[in-house]
Amino acid sequence: MTTDLFTTDLAVVNVGLASFQSDIEAQGSRAVQVDWSPPRDYSPEVRAALAALAQPDVAERIRVANEEVVKRIIDAHPVLVGFGQAIDVVPGMTKNTILHAGPPIEWKDMCGAMRGAVTGAIVFEGLAENIAEAEEVAANGGVVFSPCHEHDCVGSMAGVTSASMYMHIVKNAVHGNVAYTNLSEQLAKILRMGANDQSVIDRLVWMRDVFGPMLKQSMELAGEIDLRSMLAQALHMGDEDHNRNIAGTLLLFQSLAPFMLQTDFTMKQKQEVFEFIQSSDYFSGPTWMAVSKCALDAAHGVPDSTVVTTMCRNGTDFGIRVAGFEGFRWFTGPAQQVIGPMMAGYKPEDSGLDIGDSAITETFGIGGFAMAAAPAIVPLVGGTVDDAMNYSKDMLAITTTVNPNLTIPVLNFRGLATGIDVVKVLETGELPIINTAIAHKDAGIGMIGAGLVNPPFEVFEKAVIALAESIAG
Amino acid sequence: MHVKAVVMPNKYSDSMSLMALSTKVNELPIVVSAMIGMGTDLNKQVIEEVGLSTPETEKATSRDQIVVVQCATEADCDTAIEQVETLRSQGAVAAAETSYRTSRQAYAQEPDASLAIISVPGQYAADEARTALSAGRNVLVFSDNVTVEDELDIKRQAHDAGLLVMGPDCGTAIINGTGLCFANAVSRGSIGVVAASGTGSQELSVRIDALGSGISQLVGVGGRDLSEAIGGIMMLDAMRMLAADPQTSVVVLLSKPPAAVVAERVLEAAAALSKPVVVCFIGAPAPSDALTNVTFTATSRDAALAAVALQTGEPVRTVAPSFDVDTAAVRAEWHAGQSDIRGLFCGGTVCDEVFHVLKGQFPDRTRSNVAKDPAFQLAQGAASTGHVLIDLGADEYTQGRPHPMIDPTIRNAEIVKAASDPATAVIVLDVELGFGSHPDPAGAAVPAISEARKIAADAGRPLEFVAYVLGTDRDPQNKSAQVTKLTDLGVRVVDDVIELATLSLEMTR
Repeated sequence: MTTDLFTTDLAVVNVGLASFQSDIEAQGSRAVQVDWSPPRDYSPEVRAALAALAQPDVAERIRVANEEVVKRIIDAHPVLVGFGQAIDVVPGMTKNTILHAGPPIEWKDMCGAMRGAVTGAIVFEGLAENIAEAEEVAANGGVVFSPCHEHDCVGSMAGVTSASMYMHIVKNAVHGNVAYTNLSEQLAKILRMGANDQSVIDRLVWMRDVFGPMLKQSMELAGEIDLRSMLAQALHMGDEDHNRNIAGTLLLFQSLAPFMLQTDFTMKQKQEVFEFIQSSDYFSGPTWMAVSKCALDAAHGVPDSTVVTTMCRNGTDFGIRVAGFEGFRWFTGPAQQVIGPMMAGYKPEDSGLDIGDSAITETFGIGGFAMAAAPAIVPLVGGTVDDAMNYSKDMLAITTTVNPNLTIPVLNFRGLATGIDVVKVLETGELPIINTAIAHKDAGIGMIGAGLVNPPFEVFEKAVIALAESIAG
Repeated sequence: MHVKAVVMPNKYSDSMSLMALSTKVNELPIVVSAMIGMGTDLNKQVIEEVGLSTPETEKATSRDQIVVVQCATEADCDTAIEQVETLRSQGAVAAAETSYRTSRQAYAQEPDASLAIISVPGQYAADEARTALSAGRNVLVFSDNVTVEDELDIKRQAHDAGLLVMGPDCGTAIINGTGLCFANAVSRGSIGVVAASGTGSQELSVRIDALGSGISQLVGVGGRDLSEAIGGIMMLDAMRMLAADPQTSVVVLLSKPPAAVVAERVLEAAAALSKPVVVCFIGAPAPSDALTNVTFTATSRDAALAAVALQTGEPVRTVAPSFDVDTAAVRAEWHAGQSDIRGLFCGGTVCDEVFHVLKGQFPDRTRSNVAKDPAFQLAQGAASTGHVLIDLGADEYTQGRPHPMIDPTIRNAEIVKAASDPATAVIVLDVELGFGSHPDPAGAAVPAISEARKIAADAGRPLEFVAYVLGTDRDPQNKSAQVTKLTDLGVRVVDDVIELATLSLEMTR
């Protein structure tokens, strides 16, 4: 028999009606509010899997494994070490390989934006004369499709990456693994959004011949740039580094500029490059994706772990990987519609479904998970500043820990919510929040808006069943 | 006529605020009918029954919120749906500075929180209670519709862990001087209360306050705790907690008459307690064997008087009537056949106490939906005759709508209905103040009382109102201000529950 209730100061966790909470506070006692919502109804298989994973001995093994996984994510120290052409640097790259965002997909299942990007890349690589011919090539096995993620890469939006494109090379100074990602084409009528007209191809040619080589030479002069510290600073400057990258871009450019000036390109070319970087805050967007990928790959493949190491989408399917399954075991479900403000002239029904490897940022703890750091993003993706604050708080419910190396000032320098736990997602019914751009549903058009989206529950349900078999089976 | 529905996926709000919002939206002039609710099977059935079902609403799940409106034109529907959001934001309680999405998260982050208050839909309440108990927290379950099996299970779990479960369906508690849910603002003191009755414990605490004493702790255990199935687990535990509580010098136990075997167990424990105990099993006669250490009372008023006497060491006070009414003059005015008392109550225990007094005098003429004995039950659907006392907070009146302590709609309709009956002489009302109640419950009854008076006047009949305001001047609604609103309309306001019965009887005798 306890008498704690009567002998300690009353403090209440109020689960439900909010007025009870405010009435208690009005009387000078402490009460915190739980904004309760009903749990989801799960299938018997999912319930059985959750029960199996909740057995004390199993739960303890999971706890230990997850602790190791988040330790690796937090300890990872990504640094930029160079730029290089995909064919030279990306593992498994060939002249007719087309890497794409998201889990594996065949040409026949690709959405409009993905098809637009694929055919544009085929023309860019000289594998076809024009888009119509490129569609033939793609449909008839003239190119090999493979997910970026299966080549240590991540790709923004369609994520289409072909042999001669220039890639960031990001090395994990602690664990040694390397991650790659394409260069930003800036916004908005661009290949990764599904556009593929001559202006798009011309820009890719310039990026291959001038922009990429200048960056490569700059990094040969610079040696390396500490991206983890730069990301920490960008978060403190009001970025969330998925869709708001203005601080990160300034910081990265500031580090690169002295070396860019020393390269042996003409003044006119340097001016073009500087103007190109100035044309969009997104220049460093892919950089933070590679940082995230680099940290998460270091944590992948820890038996018994239920932590998500990849979330990605190909415009048709949403896919996740879980640290407990080494290699490339994908759990997939349908990609969802992104809800948010549309650019002038477009309506929600013009939207393609959720697409891109950029959800790697949320998997790492930035992006939608760090929106409290970036209240200025609200007009771009919709919602209110309170919503933005709450997303960052809510994500604690489904993650394993916080990352002390990357903090959010307005939350009292609380670390990023880190290590999405499949079990917690299902127990709470709270889905990871992703903020992202919206590409047109048809090929050839480009970006038409931005907004917020969640993964489908299905991916976590499939994962938990597999985890129960693997860990508790 | 157009029907338009919006389904908001994954947008949960509690049924209490959605029902209140529905009421407001239905009051919009352009709205023919409207319903806002979560996409539960029950709500979808209601939507179907009122002809507002659309393909969108049919697809909604219990995690999705449905807004459906019926208006003359499609444009009106769009306007109404926009209005919903405006009205919603007006009614919103300011967001708490610290809020969590799940209770597990809250327990992990708030190790010092000693109590969880759970007011989620009934089918989820037991699981939330188990989660709280597993996290080592005492629990107050405000939710109703929790099964007896679940109640027994969580109370056993709590008992084994040395924790308290208040409820389910517990509306009132005062812990360390802080009023919870529907509690009133009463003085702190040394009388500890364990109650299986919501408005009963409110009344008891207010009476004790009015007598100049105060409450150390008020523990609500839920209306079923003293049933045979539950066996009084929590009343027994709470008694022992109060016995150990240095702030408490007298313990009061309040309940409707419990199962005989449970009553015996509770009285046995009370007799053995280290502090004097007042027992009130509302309406039940004192047991024939005098019990040591136990004072037995039949009404909340007598329980309060006995407890204050024990606490102060002074003799039990007598209470002079608070009203000064020339009842003979009132009686002289009645028309032929105008003889009935109609009680329209928000508080179940208030109804119960009035029922016991009336039944004692006029067993043949008194009926109520709170009666346990089927002989005194209201005949379903039959016209009301005789003294009819209705607890409008009973389940049959609150399915799919807010409790009358929060939403006056149903009682106002019943007041007007009762006034139209030529047999009605006196309408008896209770007005509950307190933290969770309507912000102006007396004011909310004013239009209905005025309309009722007009109906009677048009028919040339007199009509009397007797009301009791349950609360204190420190309650957010302020008792004196509430009383004035009623006396301004000629309502006879008495000063305790029992007087509702005695004055009404004297006026109609």
